[in-house]
Amino acid sequence: MALLGGNGAGKTTTISMLLGLLQPSAGTIRLFGEDLAARRHHLLPRMNFSSPYVELPHRLTVRQNLEVFARLYGLLDRAARIKSVIEELELAALTDRRVGTLSAGQKTRVALAKAMLNLPELLLLDEPTASLDPDTADWVRAYLERYQARHGAAILLASHNMGEVERLADHVLMMRQGRIVDAGAPQDLIERYSRQNLEEVFLDIARDRRAGTHPSAGHGETDVLTGGVPPLDRDIGST
Amino acid sequence: MMSDRHPTATPRFRDSTLSRIAAMVLRHFYVLRTSWPRLIEMAYWPTMQMIIWGFFSTFLYAHSSWLANAFGVLISAVMLWDVLFRSQLGFSLSFLEELWSRNLANLFCSPLRPIEHIAALIVMALVRALIGVLPAMLLAIPFYGFSIFSMGLPLGAFFFNLMIMGCGLGLIVSAMILRFGLAAENLAWFLVFMLAPISCVYYPVEILPSWLRVISWSLPSTYVFEGMRAVLFDHVFRWDYFGASVGLNALLMTVGLGIYLYAFALARKRGLLLQVGE
Repeated sequence: MALLGGNGAGKTTTISMLLGLLQPSAGTIRLFGEDLAARRHHLLPRMNFSSPYVELPHRLTVRQNLEVFARLYGLLDRAARIKSVIEELELAALTDRRVGTLSAGQKTRVALAKAMLNLPELLLLDEPTASLDPDTADWVRAYLERYQARHGAAILLASHNMGEVERLADHVLMMRQGRIVDAGAPQDLIERYSRQNLEEVFLDIARDRRAGTHPSAGHGETDVLTGGVPPLDRDIGST
Repeated sequence: MMSDRHPTATPRFRDSTLSRIAAMVLRHFYVLRTSWPRLIEMAYWPTMQMIIWGFFSTFLYAHSSWLANAFGVLISAVMLWDVLFRSQLGFSLSFLEELWSRNLANLFCSPLRPIEHIAALIVMALVRALIGVLPAMLLAIPFYGFSIFSMGLPLGAFFFNLMIMGCGLGLIVSAMILRFGLAAENLAWFLVFMLAPISCVYYPVEILPSWLRVISWSLPSTYVFEGMRAVLFDHVFRWDYFGASVGLNALLMTVGLGIYLYAFALARKRGLLLQVGE
């Protein structure tokens, strides 16, 4: 699932609320069928998070960072799990390097390794390929596809990259000014807005044009959702 | 995003508070272990203080009847003051490390609880205080023939009380940093020095004007330094001072914890956990 919207639409805010880093001003959040506010510390071991805007301690090496977070998540088979993520994310050559000395692409892979330590059932990613070169970004997307396919995890992705969203998400929530203004499968949205791709849909929504109202659409207006999103616990709880 | 999760994929977990506290202590050990300039800096200032005040004491010893009664009083005061200063600094700097590295969101979206984080910071305050003052305490023996360890068990009581007070102040400083961001960082360096004149580190409380004594006696540190002088001059351990210091420290820790948890809740309400440090 992807959150799509312009700057300030509320994507990062939504992810922060799902992580319990930000308290919602109203309403409740249910994850895995449970109330996040009441069961946060019980639910957090089943989730993880990665963002280029949140960094790992620079003075620690890659391995030290993974060791610390493996302990924080209470993993019993730490050594095996750390070895596994190092292999999966091709970090073997970097394990003894301090995180502060790594390139942006390498840091992203390390942050993902940290996010994969506990094999999260729900993985929250805030612009996971921001500032990455196309090759590295493609590698990260392929890795996420493999992870999702192999472990059946739910991935909630906030991104500005339409290609990334079309590739990784089977459901998109379109956001504007803190509200969900439309939702659906990428192809459904493209068809509903009579557009060629998701980027054009994004522009329509960013410019407040409703589905089917574009001059070239030629058919009636469809409903615009205002928060009518399938509850997350329905999707996530079934994984 | 609906699919079948691989049944063998789930790793084995242990929901252990101690394990999470150990993880945070380990995180700071990794930093200290690989940073010898930082270790030297931590021991440098207490050692320099001890040397300066030690020679000054040697001079005064021959010229002051007050000091002639207890040679080590100034050196002990210097070293115990550093226990308080280093504990507060150790707590606050370990907290600041997370902000400087923009790691706070990673920590608090993990199962780490705020209270476990605080416990780890207290352990690090103890470690940093020991690294800071232990070399100075040991060096005073060959330099001046004075061992602070000759105080015996009361030294442990003084150390304990000053360390807890340092952590209480560290909690308040950390809460201010959570609330106001890195703009409040300098509090970590100067807050404790505001208390130095009224803690009566180097002189008895009677020196202060009477109105200031009331404030002075409301600090746990004042009882420690008065207690220290009682041990060195009169060779008695003042249980009343010890009790008062423990009581005031309990109050300080309770208030500090309350302020910190309030600031943390406020940070969650305003989304500061993601923004702070940027």
